[in-house]
Amino acid sequence: MITLSHYLALAGLLFVVGLFGALAKRNAVAVLMGIELMLNAVNINLVAFNRFMNPGEVTGQVFALFVIVVAAAEVAVGLAIVINLYRRRLATDVEEADWLKW
Amino acid sequence: MMEYAWLVPLFPALAFPVIVFVTRRLRLLSALVGIAAIAASFVVSVGILVEVLQAGVTMEQPVEKALNWLAIPGPEGWLLKIEAGILLDPLTAVMLVVVTLVALLVEIYSVGYMHGDPGFSVFFSYLSLFSASMLGLVVANNFFMMFFFWELVGLCSYLLIGFYFHKPEAARASLKAFVTNRVADFGFMLGFFFLFLMFGTFNFRELAEAVPHAENLGLLALAAALVFIGPIGKSAQFPLHVWLPDAMEGPTPVSALIHAATMVAAGVYLLARAFVLFAGLPSVMLIIAYVGGFTALFAATIGVVQRDIKRILAYSTISQLGYMVMAMGVGSMTAGMFHLTTHAFFKALLFLGAGSVIHALNEQDIFRMGGLARDMKITAGTFIIGALALAGIPPLAGFWSKDEILLAAYSHGYTGLYLLGTVVAFLTAFYMFRLIFVAFFGPRRAGLHGHESPWTMTVPLLVLAVLSVVSGFMGAPFVAHGFSSWVYFGEPHHVEPNYVVMFTSTAVAILGIYLAWFIYGREAVSHEALSRRWQGVYRLVYNKYYVDEAYLWFFRRVVLGLAEAFNWHDRNVVDRIFDGVGDLVRWSGRRLRYLQTGHLPVYGLVLFAAVVVLVIWAAAPVIGGIR
Repeated sequence: MITLSHYLALAGLLFVVGLFGALAKRNAVAVLMGIELMLNAVNINLVAFNRFMNPGEVTGQVFALFVIVVAAAEVAVGLAIVINLYRRRLATDVEEADWLKW
Repeated sequence: MMEYAWLVPLFPALAFPVIVFVTRRLRLLSALVGIAAIAASFVVSVGILVEVLQAGVTMEQPVEKALNWLAIPGPEGWLLKIEAGILLDPLTAVMLVVVTLVALLVEIYSVGYMHGDPGFSVFFSYLSLFSASMLGLVVANNFFMMFFFWELVGLCSYLLIGFYFHKPEAARASLKAFVTNRVADFGFMLGFFFLFLMFGTFNFRELAEAVPHAENLGLLALAAALVFIGPIGKSAQFPLHVWLPDAMEGPTPVSALIHAATMVAAGVYLLARAFVLFAGLPSVMLIIAYVGGFTALFAATIGVVQRDIKRILAYSTISQLGYMVMAMGVGSMTAGMFHLTTHAFFKALLFLGAGSVIHALNEQDIFRMGGLARDMKITAGTFIIGALALAGIPPLAGFWSKDEILLAAYSHGYTGLYLLGTVVAFLTAFYMFRLIFVAFFGPRRAGLHGHESPWTMTVPLLVLAVLSVVSGFMGAPFVAHGFSSWVYFGEPHHVEPNYVVMFTSTAVAILGIYLAWFIYGREAVSHEALSRRWQGVYRLVYNKYYVDEAYLWFFRRVVLGLAEAFNWHDRNVVDRIFDGVGDLVRWSGRRLRYLQTGHLPVYGLVLFAAVVVLVIWAAAPVIGGIR
């Protein structure tokens, strides 16, 4: 029997993996992928809560759809930034993106 | 005619844009437009006066027509209601005739006086606007509308006093008049706003009903005193009289209009219109009476020593206005308005006569004139009639109205003010005949020869001379249904002639004339020797008691000193505080920017850590598991 806790555990695991990727990876594309993982973990949470806590409605699913749409937009912007970063510094390494430094 | 009363201010108001935008290039046509407009107003006004007197419209039963100009409905009645309306009672009707008649004569006179002036058309447009604003003020049925026109009158006086704006004195004088009046207007505005707060209306009749039932008499007295500041400025009472003598810088017809029918009359008219407000407040009435009485004496003494023909008349105007205000203060609205009416005629006559002299000689110092009676027979004759009327020689107009004021002061128990008024009557006769004996008789001191003015100037003089003789009879004590049964407050009361007052005032007037003749006609005593002997007093009075200098000192030292202090405070305290805040921010920014490492993973980690902290903090009450 798969319960809510299983889903939450999976989502938590996925989130932590994503967080690690986003923080520890130097490649900007990998960072973006990490962020995607974190968003998907949230999506699992939303759908799972919807299914177990309030099965009569689809609020969680709708939220998940919103998250997917926003994530798509975010990736588009993110990749555009990465391309610009590559053009300007010939690098996709986030360590190189230090224009905001003092 | 009464239903057409709104046309009276409208005619000259329309003449103004017509002259400015259409006929400006055609000089004579501009004058005709202006004169035709005011003549039409005059005809309507006379019709209104006749109808008011015949139809039994009294002070208690006026005719009122009003439109809502701005009305905001409230929970009970109106939250704010400002009307545009007319209030017709004998007071309005008399004022309308006086204003339109004097304005008409002044405009006809101006055709001759302003002949050849480059601003001829503009002058007529200003005169029309001036008359329109004064007429609007007269017909107004509420404080708000009255204030609107009151300000327009102020604006027009600014334009007209500064008509020769290329002369620096004229520009200064117009500014002075405007600023002085603004001070007073502010008091007036505060006053009727107070009234609005207390009674919720601007309408004169509604206020007249509400004021006697007012509970907070202290606040009412404050409001009334503030309203009275308006007349102090407009009607040139002490201590805001300073603008009026300087207003002589304007063209002489303007002086005649300002000093006779419009502007200065507005203040006295306001007192009469809002008389119910003052009548129930003895303390405010006392202030009004003594301000008026003091002004009358104060200005008369200055008039005695002035040398400029227009300035003598200007101080005479201030003094006579003091009389009117004093009459209001002692409780006789009738006497005040009666004197306003007769004074309008003979003071307009005197100013226009002076204008005729100035037009001929191009000189204003009376001690450089002399013997003008031989050269300018009509001007001299009418001027002497005007002076006799002003001095209060029976049976001319000034005698009846001045007597009524003195009688009012006497019979209401203000013996001091009565004596003061009698002294002023003496001084008035003295300074007027000093002017006449010096300017119109004796040798030609500076060899200046006069010549009679064109008919456009002499005809108004003759008409005004006739009015100065006869206009007093409408209020004479032996006339059964005269002025006092038209314009009154409370009960109409017929004035019984008091022969003691009559005899005394005539005697002092004749004494004044005799003394003037003794010093300046026969030259039995040298006036120069006299002024040398009393040098200290002479100089004090000649310099107008140094009121202007006192104001200037106050402005330079106190106002500018305060400004200086505020400036220092602004620079050294306020600016320091804000500069300090700016420096602090810049300094902390310099220190704190080392937090920006430019290391993206660090930013992300901080972000995530912050979210974790926030979540723990928010979840602290339910931590321990899902229930």
